[in-house]
Amino acid sequence: MLSCETSIPIIRTRIKRKANALKIGVLGLQGAVSEHLEVLRKLPVEAVWVKEDKHLAAVDALILPGGESTTISTLLEKNRLFEPLKERASNGMPIFGTCAGLVLLAKDAGRQQQQTGQKLLELMDMRVNRNAFGRQKDSMEAPITIQGIAGKFPAVFIRAPVIEKVNGTCHIIARLDQHIVAAEQEPFLATSFHPELSGDSRVHEYFIRKIKR
Amino acid sequence: MKGITLKHGTQRLKEGFAKMQKGGVIMDVVNEKQAKIAEEAGAVAVMALHAVPADIRKEGGVARMADPLVIEQIMKAVTIPVMAKARIGHVAEAQVLQELGVDMIDESEVLTPADEEHHIDKSQFTIPFVCGARDLGEALRRIDEGAAMIRTKGEPGTGNVVEAVRHARKVNQEIAELVKNINNASVLEKKANEYGVPLSLVKKIAQEKRLTVVNFAAGGIATPADAALMMQLGVDGVFVGSGIFKSQFPEKFAKAIVEATRHYDDASVVARVSRGLGTPMKGIETSMLKKEERMQDRGI
Repeated sequence: MLSCETSIPIIRTRIKRKANALKIGVLGLQGAVSEHLEVLRKLPVEAVWVKEDKHLAAVDALILPGGESTTISTLLEKNRLFEPLKERASNGMPIFGTCAGLVLLAKDAGRQQQQTGQKLLELMDMRVNRNAFGRQKDSMEAPITIQGIAGKFPAVFIRAPVIEKVNGTCHIIARLDQHIVAAEQEPFLATSFHPELSGDSRVHEYFIRKIKR
Repeated sequence: MKGITLKHGTQRLKEGFAKMQKGGVIMDVVNEKQAKIAEEAGAVAVMALHAVPADIRKEGGVARMADPLVIEQIMKAVTIPVMAKARIGHVAEAQVLQELGVDMIDESEVLTPADEEHHIDKSQFTIPFVCGARDLGEALRRIDEGAAMIRTKGEPGTGNVVEAVRHARKVNQEIAELVKNINNASVLEKKANEYGVPLSLVKKIAQEKRLTVVNFAAGGIATPADAALMMQLGVDGVFVGSGIFKSQFPEKFAKAIVEATRHYDDASVVARVSRGLGTPMKGIETSMLKKEERMQDRGI
């Protein structure tokens, strides 16, 4: 077990080093929240779990994690986070959505959305198709090229959505074969895969560079 | 997709799928209508089966995998993942479920075991598995066999949370014991032998201070406060079997349990969602069960 003598100085240095660091929140209503927090904690930023309005008000940027987009959408409304989030976004807060988070960022999520009546944030001008590759048996790992990131990125797709169409200033930054799997629009970034599961922090670093721009 | 190396069914994908369920509630359903109620209430997935555990108990006889037709109907009815149960050791039922394309297979003690010696070799499947455990040894044996997710066994179909609490606490205590002995090679080796798993897995648990896969609670959760209790014991989410559709108002119970699971650490929310819910499932005092009625002793 760690003794107090050894653990305290470590905590102190961390606070000191990150005093002026960017504060990035991960929306923590459901899904792979701790996986994103773990990636962020290895980078020179402060990472926080966002559950309520007051947490949201304290962050510089937000990650919408993977999980079940219908569940997250329901919980956003029940927890009165939907409108505050939209408001922060309209004031330019950078947001990065992965998988279910990508669905939430979209303007349109097609037939499955109509079926479930799921409410979207409608921040990115794109149409997405939920579970586009199929069910879990069709989940896959594939190396892809992402604009702005050198070399191949090992992407993990789990019951992943794809972007069917982008409009206006929303533009494509990655494809898997003919499928659009990542897009960007001003302060917003969306990937249909899970960079938090790849053991590779380059997409998170890309997002941090984007916040600083 | 030409010229791209795609990998399917890897352990990363299996465990990754389970990670997406965290903080959520997975609900037992027996038909499309119940599946839609569950989805509407905010369930992260549904478990398709022919009868909820309370009815399986009442009916007696041999409990088997659900009818593929029912599973397919449920898969068509909802957009959230659909899981289904196979009997312990019943490789062929699991193969059928994989063929149907369910998103996860529960190798479950709720059904009558098909093999008293061997569990399914889960590493041979592309679909992830969840398995029940009463203690760390059971959990690690299942992980070693390839399970991507663990849940407490509890005592299914009783609506009595006491066994799930016992199992969650036991796993926590045994993990704490490993953490305490992280630098004591002989203790870790002894534990690995006792559990019947590789030393490397025991070491990993000691380092990570938790199971290496997602860990849910199951078996007897019947109210929002039960869900909050299990979450406070450190599980990543909950399965609710009979608790929803054996209650007086399933829609209200389903929604309330989802909310309580999210806000398990905020008693004001748990209080608010518990108010005026109607009658929960009746439940059974587990100490009154005969030995052969205990499902948790199956497949250890």
